[in-house]
Amino acid sequence: MSNGLALLSIFVLSVFIGFEVVSKVSTTLHTPLMSGANAIHGIILVGAITVTDHADTNLELGLGIAAVVLATINMVGGFVVTDRMLEMFKGKPRVKKDVEAVGGEAK
Amino acid sequence: MISKNLYDLIGLAVAVCFILALKGLSSPKSARRGNLIGAFGALVATGFVFRSPEMTLHHKWWIMGAIVFGVVVGVPAARRIQMTQMPQLVALFNGVGGGAAALVAIVEYLKLGSSASTPDVVATVFTVIVGCVSFSGSIVTFLKLQEIMTTRPVVFPGGRFVIAATLLGTLGCAEWVIHSMGNVSLTVMAVLALLFGVLFVLPVGGADVPIVISLLNAFTGLTVAASGYVLQATLLIVAGTLVGASGTILTRLMAAAMGRSLFGTLFGAFTAKPQAAAVGGEVRPVKSGSPDDVAILLNYAQRVVIVPGFGLAVAQAQHTVRELADLLTSKGVDVAYGIHPVAGRMPGHMNVLLAEANVPYEQLVEMDEVNPTFPQTDVVLVVGANDVVNPAAKTTPGCPIYGMPILDVAEAGNVIFLKRSMRPGFAGIENELLYDPKTTLLFGDAKDSLTKVVSALKAL
Repeated sequence: MSNGLALLSIFVLSVFIGFEVVSKVSTTLHTPLMSGANAIHGIILVGAITVTDHADTNLELGLGIAAVVLATINMVGGFVVTDRMLEMFKGKPRVKKDVEAVGGEAK
Repeated sequence: MISKNLYDLIGLAVAVCFILALKGLSSPKSARRGNLIGAFGALVATGFVFRSPEMTLHHKWWIMGAIVFGVVVGVPAARRIQMTQMPQLVALFNGVGGGAAALVAIVEYLKLGSSASTPDVVATVFTVIVGCVSFSGSIVTFLKLQEIMTTRPVVFPGGRFVIAATLLGTLGCAEWVIHSMGNVSLTVMAVLALLFGVLFVLPVGGADVPIVISLLNAFTGLTVAASGYVLQATLLIVAGTLVGASGTILTRLMAAAMGRSLFGTLFGAFTAKPQAAAVGGEVRPVKSGSPDDVAILLNYAQRVVIVPGFGLAVAQAQHTVRELADLLTSKGVDVAYGIHPVAGRMPGHMNVLLAEANVPYEQLVEMDEVNPTFPQTDVVLVVGANDVVNPAAKTTPGCPIYGMPILDVAEAGNVIFLKRSMRPGFAGIENELLYDPKTTLLFGDAKDSLTKVVSALKAL
């Protein structure tokens, strides 16, 4: 299998994993899903570091460094803010007498 | 230095961390741990890229400096942001991610040279275009949400033709870039793509922002996946694709929650005429009540459903609403929150706001689950929401929100609207429910009104 084809296979399989995993995310958590997903695409930082490392001209270096800054903001900020949000999602502090029938967690 | 195989294995482990991070979000209980696993994975990936066999470490101090700078900017922003401003921040982070991916692709393009294979060039060009669109689109979304610019749709004559022309121009340039491999063509293409991102978000109004944010999120994910292809980095492909899937699912959910096709939402604003209050100009009688009236209604209810909307966020009333709900619960009233999927400015916005106010997530009930309970509900308290409870979505074919699933609050015994004024909601449609005999209106800022209701309730 050629390298390109291998990468394409990984892509296609990831599509299915992505849809499978994300479709199970609780509706309550859609905002953290979005900011968590944002943080995950901050992994472009790895790409930014790689291209900056290989930069030969000042233009490449400058663009690469800008990419590293942006990707770091994206990744670190994304994880921090997602953590802050998820920290707030708490269940009921105590068990109440009549638990409402409609409560419960979304699938 | 570590071997290529070990480095790739670490990449695989990090990809698994990211999958687990998303998997954790299936329940609020496991969500935080999942996110920490994801953050750990990202940290490992960043640490080990410096030990990758391909690294020369020529510019390591520059890179380190850039990372430190990014942390210094990103962390305080993430820590200080208020939950009401979350949509802006998410839009901004999404934009910088797209921008980073576009820059990476541009640098990669500069290094490709004439020997590059066509798939590589196409993937690079794709990354630059989508990354630029995501970047400028997200920045405009941020400016709209931060109210630095108007939140209303910005429409100009012939707008759709200008946008179509920009898109065609961008694609034409892409063709030019692929054939010429020149820097001028690339610059023109990037500028056109940036312009397209701006033009494409400008006509989108406040209520449609959840869809656009989700869509741009999907774009950035795809951009990262495509740059993974160019850089031959499996991890980037997996991570980008996961984000792309999440963005796509959210976009579809949001579009469904608005009862419209994705296309109609994005391009509807070009054709829709600004709707002034459509139903005549005459002043019709409404029943407005005092905080005491509202307190009495609530006090003698068995079951109360609170329907929050963006007005709750604007008034920062989430804590007061929770105080009211606690007070009612202590009086033996059954309280739940009915959450419409597009209430607020991003998917799940209301849930985050109420979670901030320590509302247990069990009380946050989705539309499909809460709707059948309205006939058994004595009082519905609508706080700063309008379109999501507007029966016109069911009864008035041709109105902009027709077909949008709504919360059937009209089924309940009484409806209380906390409103600032009689101004119609974002969609600009008159809400017949306001004139219904079972409706009571309490005018004023949501937070003030709720505070008054709470003190009236305490006095009872």
